[in-house]
Amino acid sequence: MALRAIAGKKTLTLGLVLGPRAAAGASAPRTGSGLRHARGLVTFSLPDLPYDYGALEPAISGEIMKLHHQKHHQTYITNFNKALEQLEEAMAKGDSSKVAHLQSAIKFNGGGHINHSIFWKNLKPLNEGGGEPPHSTLGWAIDTDFGSLDALVQKMNAEGAALQGSGWVWLALDKEMKKLKVETTANQDPLVTKGANLVPLLGIDVWEHAYYLQYKNARPEYLKNIWKIMNWKYASEVYEKEIA
Amino acid sequence: MGFHLLSPSYCCGYQPSPPISHGLLRFRPVTGIPKPSPQKGQLHQSRRASKVLAYYGITTPPYKLDALEPYMSQRTLELHWGKHHRDYVDSLNKQLVKSPLYGHTMEELIKVTYNNGNPLPEFNNAAQVWNHDFFWESMQSGGGKLPQGGVLQQIEKDFDSYSNFRDTFVESAMALFGSGWVWLVLRTEEKKLSVVRTSNAICPLVWGDIPIIALDMWEHAYYLDYKDDREKYINTFMDNLVSWHAATVRMLRAEAFVNLGEPKIPVA
Repeated sequence: MALRAIAGKKTLTLGLVLGPRAAAGASAPRTGSGLRHARGLVTFSLPDLPYDYGALEPAISGEIMKLHHQKHHQTYITNFNKALEQLEEAMAKGDSSKVAHLQSAIKFNGGGHINHSIFWKNLKPLNEGGGEPPHSTLGWAIDTDFGSLDALVQKMNAEGAALQGSGWVWLALDKEMKKLKVETTANQDPLVTKGANLVPLLGIDVWEHAYYLQYKNARPEYLKNIWKIMNWKYASEVYEKEIA
Repeated sequence: MGFHLLSPSYCCGYQPSPPISHGLLRFRPVTGIPKPSPQKGQLHQSRRASKVLAYYGITTPPYKLDALEPYMSQRTLELHWGKHHRDYVDSLNKQLVKSPLYGHTMEELIKVTYNNGNPLPEFNNAAQVWNHDFFWESMQSGGGKLPQGGVLQQIEKDFDSYSNFRDTFVESAMALFGSGWVWLVLRTEEKKLSVVRTSNAICPLVWGDIPIIALDMWEHAYYLDYKDDREKYINTFMDNLVSWHAATVRMLRAEAFVNLGEPKIPVA
């Protein structure tokens, strides 16, 4: 199997897509990455951020972005790869109890990789359009399902602040019912654990590592400020693709 | 042979809490008016003198906030105790205003609100209040090193060696997914010491076990001092913070409730 080229800084890829992946838009035809193939087993690697670590200030500090990306996300990927390797061995040996035992590590670390990959794309620096509210289809859907953008933000902030322990708060599209929903997941559970038809449009990481160095215990402050760098364009793109 | 209760860091006006208390070593102060009536449990005016009538108070750690430096910074304690712990107390009291749950000791309240695995909304706050009280008392300045006497003997009996126990404790903490706590508990049924890991606010009291030592693995407990380096935090706790004095006192009290069998290992 050919080794895929590692994507450049400007191309962020979700490292879970298997098979050939064309580059988005009109940019150079580099294939996406985050994937390497060795001995037939897919391993995942850390996707690059589409902006500098300090570009999201003052909403999120560069120190947090660097730790969050290089340490936390990387650790999830490392442990995910390890767990998958062990799973492969256990399956080859027919060790069903080991297979079952590995599921929680796979859900946790795999979920961590999935969730954070989405998260980096959910954020955009102020000078690149971060915080600009959604228009057209997604904007109307928000007004229909929540009353107004403000109401949606209030709801997500309230649920995010009330979440006990670690987890995520999501703006989800139920693609069956064609409705928007606000959901929370615990720890690193991906959104699909709350419903197989749920597609994540926006996710906010409310693990303490996402904000503690800057906001300390003031999670509501963090939630208030993160909307200033929210990448509604990405959310709209995902929404329109699913609704079509 | 001797054991000593940890001396409280503030003075007079104590009312002993009800005797069957596996957890806390110090007495809760009762201050202000009105005089507590048997039905209402412990009452005292909350600091804010607002409309909330407080049912439970916040206890201070048995040392100054900078006493655990450099292993746990003063800044961390100021936030962890002054904000997080205090928030749990305030939130619990607010919930209890509208609730029929009063007159319990903290341990009773935790078991009642745990509701056999279907926790009531008050559980999180109640358990976290207790957990943090227990956590401050599980540490001391000049802590770590080895347990002594009966505690060491019991550890060696149940884990084969102290270093086995230490490895088990560290591994358990490292393997925790999300927020939670790691405990050394005395299992009342098996009559053995054991390392137990719980998620979020859950505390071994709900299963009727007796906690001996606790380590807070919520990120807010270590993030300012250790960032993402959990292993360093856990090892530092074992080597420099854990209070084997506290563990000894707790084991001694536990022996009144659990027959550890022959040979009778003296705890103190």
